[in-house]
Amino acid sequence: MKRLDQLTRQARAQWDALIRGDDPVVWVALGLCSQAAGADAVAQAMRDELTARGRQARFVRTGCMGLCYLEPTVIVRKPGCARIVYGPLDENSARRLVTECLLADGFCPDLAIGKIDADPPEDVPDLADHPVMRHQVRRVMQHCGLIDPEDLSHYLANGGYEAFRKALATPADQIVERLKESGLRGRSGGGFPVWRKWEFTRNAEGAQRYVLCNAHEGDPGAFSNKLLAESDPHAFLEGMLIAAFAVGATQGYIYMASEYPLAHQRVSTAIEQLRWAGLLGDDILGSGFSFDITLRSGAGVFISGEETAQIASIEGRRGAPAPRPPYPGQSGIAGAPTLVQNVETLANVPLIVARGGEWFRAVGTSGSPGTKAFSLSGRLARRGVFELPLGMGLSHVVNDVGGGARDEHPLKAVHTGGPPGGLLPANIEVPLDFDSMGETGSLMGSGGIIAIDDHTCVVDLARHFMEFAQDEACGQCVPCRNGNRVLLDILTGLTQGQGTPGDLDRLLELGNVVRLTSLCGLGQTAPNPILTGIRYFRSEFEAHLHGTCPAGVCPLSAPAEPLAEAAAS
Amino acid sequence: MVTTTDYDQIRASLQSVLSRHERSRNSLIPILHEVQDLFGHVPPAAIAPIAHRLSLSQAEVHGVVSFYSHFRLSAPGRHHITVCAGTACHVEGTPLLMRELRKLLRIEPGQRTADGLFSLSQIGCLGCCAMAPAIMIDGRIYPSVSPARLSAILTEYGFTKDVQTDEAA
Repeated sequence: MKRLDQLTRQARAQWDALIRGDDPVVWVALGLCSQAAGADAVAQAMRDELTARGRQARFVRTGCMGLCYLEPTVIVRKPGCARIVYGPLDENSARRLVTECLLADGFCPDLAIGKIDADPPEDVPDLADHPVMRHQVRRVMQHCGLIDPEDLSHYLANGGYEAFRKALATPADQIVERLKESGLRGRSGGGFPVWRKWEFTRNAEGAQRYVLCNAHEGDPGAFSNKLLAESDPHAFLEGMLIAAFAVGATQGYIYMASEYPLAHQRVSTAIEQLRWAGLLGDDILGSGFSFDITLRSGAGVFISGEETAQIASIEGRRGAPAPRPPYPGQSGIAGAPTLVQNVETLANVPLIVARGGEWFRAVGTSGSPGTKAFSLSGRLARRGVFELPLGMGLSHVVNDVGGGARDEHPLKAVHTGGPPGGLLPANIEVPLDFDSMGETGSLMGSGGIIAIDDHTCVVDLARHFMEFAQDEACGQCVPCRNGNRVLLDILTGLTQGQGTPGDLDRLLELGNVVRLTSLCGLGQTAPNPILTGIRYFRSEFEAHLHGTCPAGVCPLSAPAEPLAEAAAS
Repeated sequence: MVTTTDYDQIRASLQSVLSRHERSRNSLIPILHEVQDLFGHVPPAAIAPIAHRLSLSQAEVHGVVSFYSHFRLSAPGRHHITVCAGTACHVEGTPLLMRELRKLLRIEPGQRTADGLFSLSQIGCLGCCAMAPAIMIDGRIYPSVSPARLSAILTEYGFTKDVQTDEAA
């Protein structure tokens, strides 16, 4: 405990010097996407400009704030001034930021997104008032983009591992009680009450227990867990430690998508730091509690996100889902009780332990309390990861947070919830929470929201999802293996102008059979894009029966390739 | 990266990988990851030593390798192109990118160009949805790629249109 006290004291002093000291500081957002957008070149341009003028500044790496559409971004702070976020930058504007702001009296307000602190200058607006930030309640994302994810001291300086220390001094049943008060539900899409999983695992028979952090995030269109793991890995690791202590686990696994190399590297670094700081290993902080974590890499299969398939993969087997019960809480890794939670769920845990269930419930709805990190993409003006109170209206999210359509083409539909989700009209009024979304035929799922406009054909998109489900099916059960194949064939026929009059009825009937009779979530939800597509966009399906594709995408129809122009522009 | 089809050489390089892991089935996927990092693919000749080490049948090991799309049984090109087939990328034009790549490289996903320079695959989602459509070449992500830009991007990796056309002809 003494060592951690000392580390925390040092960390606070260093953090203070960073954000209130006399040196100019540049924080560079270095998530995988920021790097793709050119963050390294921007940082290098700033360094070169400083060197050319014989001056220096401190450069700090961060993850990202989730403002993907504004990348590359940097935060700049001059002594006595607020931290200001700038973006999107290129090499020229980055050099300008050095000459006009860092080394002069100016602040380049035209490049600024907003300032983080209340300090001067007055002519840069607050970041919190930016349209994309105004509606957000940043809890699990509170540190994202502000701290160095590879430096434990940044997390410690901002209250890190205090909740874990508090948990160590709390009887396990009271920790579970606190989660029950909070009403926290699993953030990967199922929405199962977290406290019930914990209690179940805690009370299951077994000498050994495991905690498994599901960091697979296979849903195309969802990238919030990637952002959390890249930008603030200690947040969910702290949640994992608390979970292990509460359920009596001594070994943890993190199953990370192989598509996320940077997140893998940062989590790996964070685990090393925890061992070094005495927060992992034997007799942690002298409490008698021992726990260690093994980081595993997935291998490019969507179904590995399903908990029983993930456990099979950890055990070195083909990742096919197993029938439940038994649930992993009863019989998981090596037959031992295993608590499975995803990154975002675990990141909520330290906040609840530190601040209580009532605090947690202050935002969200009574059935779906708290926030959710939503991933917005597609034809929206503002794209990225935004943490919003649950229960916010979908059209509000699309129009006010996402900024509506990116160009003059109006939005036609939004796809929510990943492949298990569905297509909804862009103007639909429905609260984004676990229960209300289910009534639309779609899902909130893991929080992916993809907006489409008249360039996208709903039938082609349904076919795309069916192809995905077909590719990713494990092949175990007949409805998913064969039924989805037939659905795909009917859709392919429609997109090629070979539809027949009974096709829509066949799609609905067979879709419902597959939905009701498949073994796991993949098969049970695979027909959703078709079922919702026909429910809300029937006329577009019918047009294909009559030989026209209103979006001009499907090979059956003229005009040829309007999409090619759009993609090239 | 070790490039060889010689059984003894593969075996020798494998030993260092195998010796780092517990002799338990749990080690199978981590071993396969390391083997693929070492050779660029999982050489079929590596399957027997891995199976032996973990007391599994070769069929079981092969079954796992073929189940997970990340693992390849044949060598990739010198540069590997991964096209994101996620929903956001699909909506923003992945099909057009694929059409252009097929035209330029004359290969299908899972194949390698005749000169061994490029190989191509599609992936469920790279997680760069806000910058769609995205492709990845050797771990580097290119955001918001248009079909018109592809040829210039490939040229960075040694692509020349004439040579490719000649070889394919």
